[in-house]
Amino acid sequence: MVFSSRLLICDECDTVHRMPKLGRAEVARCARCGAVLARRHRLGLDALMAMVLAALFLFIQGNIWPVVTLGLNGQQNSTTLWGMILIMWQDHSQVVSVITAVTLFFFPLFNMLSLGWLLSFGRHGRAAPGFRPLMLLLHYVGPWTMSEVFVLGALVAMVKAKSYFEVFPDAGIYAYGALILFTTLFAGFDLRRLWDIVPSRGA
Amino acid sequence: MTTLPRAGQLGLIGCTVCGLVSRAPAFADAGCSRCGSALRRRKPASLSRTWALLIAAFIVYVPANILPIMRTASLGDVDDNTILSGIIELWDKDSQGLAIIVFCASIVVPICKFLALLVLLICVHRRSPWAQLQRAKLYRLIELIGHWSMLDVFVVALLTALVRFNLLSSVEPLPGVIFFGLTVVLTMFASLSFDPRLTWDDEEPHD
Repeated sequence: MVFSSRLLICDECDTVHRMPKLGRAEVARCARCGAVLARRHRLGLDALMAMVLAALFLFIQGNIWPVVTLGLNGQQNSTTLWGMILIMWQDHSQVVSVITAVTLFFFPLFNMLSLGWLLSFGRHGRAAPGFRPLMLLLHYVGPWTMSEVFVLGALVAMVKAKSYFEVFPDAGIYAYGALILFTTLFAGFDLRRLWDIVPSRGA
Repeated sequence: MTTLPRAGQLGLIGCTVCGLVSRAPAFADAGCSRCGSALRRRKPASLSRTWALLIAAFIVYVPANILPIMRTASLGDVDDNTILSGIIELWDKDSQGLAIIVFCASIVVPICKFLALLVLLICVHRRSPWAQLQRAKLYRLIELIGHWSMLDVFVVALLTALVRFNLLSSVEPLPGVIFFGLTVVLTMFASLSFDPRLTWDDEEPHD
């Protein structure tokens, strides 16, 4: 049933293209609608995996250290990401608590762990155990990770708090700031390149 | 019109998950031979799903804006903030740059998303060939910026966790923030269920 691996169909307009040969950092766009058809990352798989591991390390740091500390009349109060999630749950905003936990903790963590796992085998041209389900999950989880929005949100919250409290940014927010630099680096990675490693069952 | 061939004309079908190109299957519930996802010419019931999610998002968008999202209490002095009043406060406190960013994320982005999906849906219903390239770009734009609206939700969550000085000062979330979070989630589902390929289907019959 597989027609040809030399063809490519645009997801956004169904136009059929020949599979282009891409050099590093090159992007192929659809001639009809301009959507990205395929891209090859500036970095190789080894370097990408290093980025993912660095991001994972920063993510752990961002989660164990407090994000911000506020001071008022000598009293101090700080919170971590999980502190924020738990307090929203207790304060009758379970919906917000779940959205926050999913988009800022579970999905980003899953993203980094599974991408690291897949790349660690993919760089040797092999499919990792659990390749297919992980790739499918990554595809669906992708749009729902929001760490970068959280960093901007923390900035807004600090500015708002500044008129009433002393504000001390903590290690957590610096780790998060560095984290989104790394995640934007590997966000440009075209997951479909990994599919090409695995021979299809029908072929 | 361009003469670029489309998958339907060549009897091909592309997997939207892994990108594999297959011959269009004769039976309805065929799966991609590489990733196992269902092979479909278009997302199933794309228009009705998108309409339903869009309308649901709009219904929760109203209380999200009218109801306060956050209560600030300091020494018995209680102050309820809506999305808009929070932005005005930022502006008044000399953080105009940030006020503009929050205004874009919380007000401009959701409204643009509603209008954009409305335009995309109506054009598909009319099978209009009008501004197809611009509509394709519009869809990509809302996919790109949609999740930034979650900004205010995270601000309220963080302030709630931070401002806990007993009687001196405290912040608590109010129902508006729940509705706002739901609006963002529903509009994201709405744009994900819209099939951008429909924009180019002006000459082919719908299924």
